Amino acid sequence: MSHTFKTSCECQQYFTDSHDMVRKSLRDFIKKEVLPFIGEWEEAGGFPKEVYRKAADVGILGMGYPEEYGGIPGDIFYSVVVTEELMRSGSGGFVAGLGSLNIAIPPILSMGTPEQKERFVPPVLAGEKIAALAITEPGGGSDVAALQTTAVRDGDHYVINGSKTFITSATVADYITCAVRTGGEGAHGISLIVVEAGSPGYSVSQKLKKTGWWASDTAEIYFDDCRVPVENLLGDENNGFYGIMANFQTERLALSIMANMTAKLAMEEALKYARKRRVFGKTLTGYQVNRHKLVDMATLVEASTEFTYRVAAKIGAGIDQYKEVSMAKNFACSVSDKVTYDAVQIFGGHGYMRENLVERLYRDNRILSIGGGTTEIMKEIISKMIL
Amino acid sequence: MEILVCVKRVPDTSENEIEVNSDGTDIERDDLVYSVNEWDNYAVEEAIQIKDKVGGSVTVVTVGDEESEEVLRREMAMGADNGILLEDDAFEGSDGKGIAAILKAAVEKGNYDLILTGAQADDGAAQVGGMLAAMLDLPYASLVNFIDVSDDKKLKVGREIEGGNQEMNEIELPCVLSIQTGINEPRYVGIRGIRKVASVEIPTHGASDLGLGADAVGAGAAKVKRLDYFVPELGEGAEMLEGSTEEKVAKLIELLKAKGGIK
Repeated sequence: MSHTFKTSCECQQYFTDSHDMVRKSLRDFIKKEVLPFIGEWEEAGGFPKEVYRKAADVGILGMGYPEEYGGIPGDIFYSVVVTEELMRSGSGGFVAGLGSLNIAIPPILSMGTPEQKERFVPPVLAGEKIAALAITEPGGGSDVAALQTTAVRDGDHYVINGSKTFITSATVADYITCAVRTGGEGAHGISLIVVEAGSPGYSVSQKLKKTGWWASDTAEIYFDDCRVPVENLLGDENNGFYGIMANFQTERLALSIMANMTAKLAMEEALKYARKRRVFGKTLTGYQVNRHKLVDMATLVEASTEFTYRVAAKIGAGIDQYKEVSMAKNFACSVSDKVTYDAVQIFGGHGYMRENLVERLYRDNRILSIGGGTTEIMKEIISKMIL
Repeated sequence: MEILVCVKRVPDTSENEIEVNSDGTDIERDDLVYSVNEWDNYAVEEAIQIKDKVGGSVTVVTVGDEESEEVLRREMAMGADNGILLEDDAFEGSDGKGIAAILKAAVEKGNYDLILTGAQADDGAAQVGGMLAAMLDLPYASLVNFIDVSDDKKLKVGREIEGGNQEMNEIELPCVLSIQTGINEPRYVGIRGIRKVASVEIPTHGASDLGLGADAVGAGAAKVKRLDYFVPELGEGAEMLEGSTEEKVAKLIELLKAKGGIK
């Protein structure tokens, strides 16, 4: 048996010079186009639509998507770089809002007809239209198979009734990739359909007020005899569940990266602060208790990041990682729970103040172990695979 | 219009704290983040904009080692068509005149209508542009903050002069211009561009390719030598404004008026 490694380096490498150049460019973009305004956008509960256009121009929105629909193909680590550098905005809400296409578009690409792809994908990758994914309902989130919003065929249309909640980008979305019940109970009665905002019977609530992710608008969507053309149905009727499930692997990977970056930013802020903050005649780093705390934070961030990269590499190589990505998400979230908590602790009272980034990171972190599948759902998935 | 832009890889002053090393011979270079010199980036953007208007091509050139290839690739990702790396052990330790001599040899290998440099480099002495023009016996304008292509023989170039004033000149092509920051708004390097240039071969020319002898360039030929690097002693003259924000702003306006900063 031969063992040949693709990289000339003996250690595992994920990022080439080209990835590093993308990283530098995006850091520059975030520094100039996002950081000066992010405080304002957080308070406003959203950001201007022109930001989508700018992000598209620099290639953020198209990364990883096929060239024929305006995307920029690249291996999975380009997408990792994009998520990591977007997180340098210090606002998970901004990243989730801008990135809502990354959960809305993949089902269209995997299940849609060429006409549907041509119609819905290029405008989103160009930053001209905003796409969102709508699955969760007031009656349930994780239990996708029990969703209750119905779509009943009426001639050339489906008539949709029901509601969706916690929908990222709901108030700004031009269209949503929406899960509806077209058949009987359970997973086999679910379809995915693209619903355009402004369709008759379509309405959106006020923005929901949240603990964190303020820069992301989150709202409820109501369907009251909402009429949607049958040509908007993705794939065959009652086949939507698999499209939803296929999405989860990359969504969970993105959430793992977001958790790692949340922890990393909190750790970096805590390090900077601990070096300069003086108490009882010494800097915070002059005390072993703080040094060790910072070391533990750095160790956890390092271990979680490396694990996530490994899972990403395997997903990139086409190896199913349902178990591992669930583990990566849970581990990364447990790390960001601890590290954001400790970072606030190092800042003391200042860490509880709006003006410090660790305060936002601490709030933004909370959703990561809930969205895209809760910690408990992740554990159920893992248990089914190892028990 | 065939345009050549001379660029340089420099420590990124926005990403690094620059410190003098322990023996005062250089700055501390461990862990430095490098980037393209800011002035050069404006020059490349201007060149791309000229090309977009009147056609032609943009070539970026740098004197450096293989690490410098990254700045060429960056500028090509931005929109420059070609890159040339001028690399040779014999180039090491060149002074400004040496660098200008190397660039002159590279210019003469091509057929350029317009040669741009940055007005200065973060770690340089603002001398290469002028020297390069003199060596090539071409007209030159420094601190250029406006370019308008009149026709294929002439440019109109604006220059920044003392006291925030501006002058406008006509200059014949071919010529050398050194570009001031603020002449345009350099575009971001897009991911699409980066992906496009990732595997492009960048030609490298050494001393013999350029017909340069060791006596003309490198440390041996350098007649300007740096003696020392040091942080000057702190002087007087800083005044900390006290009071509320409104009071500080009022005092600042008063001071700026008194010293002629606001007319």
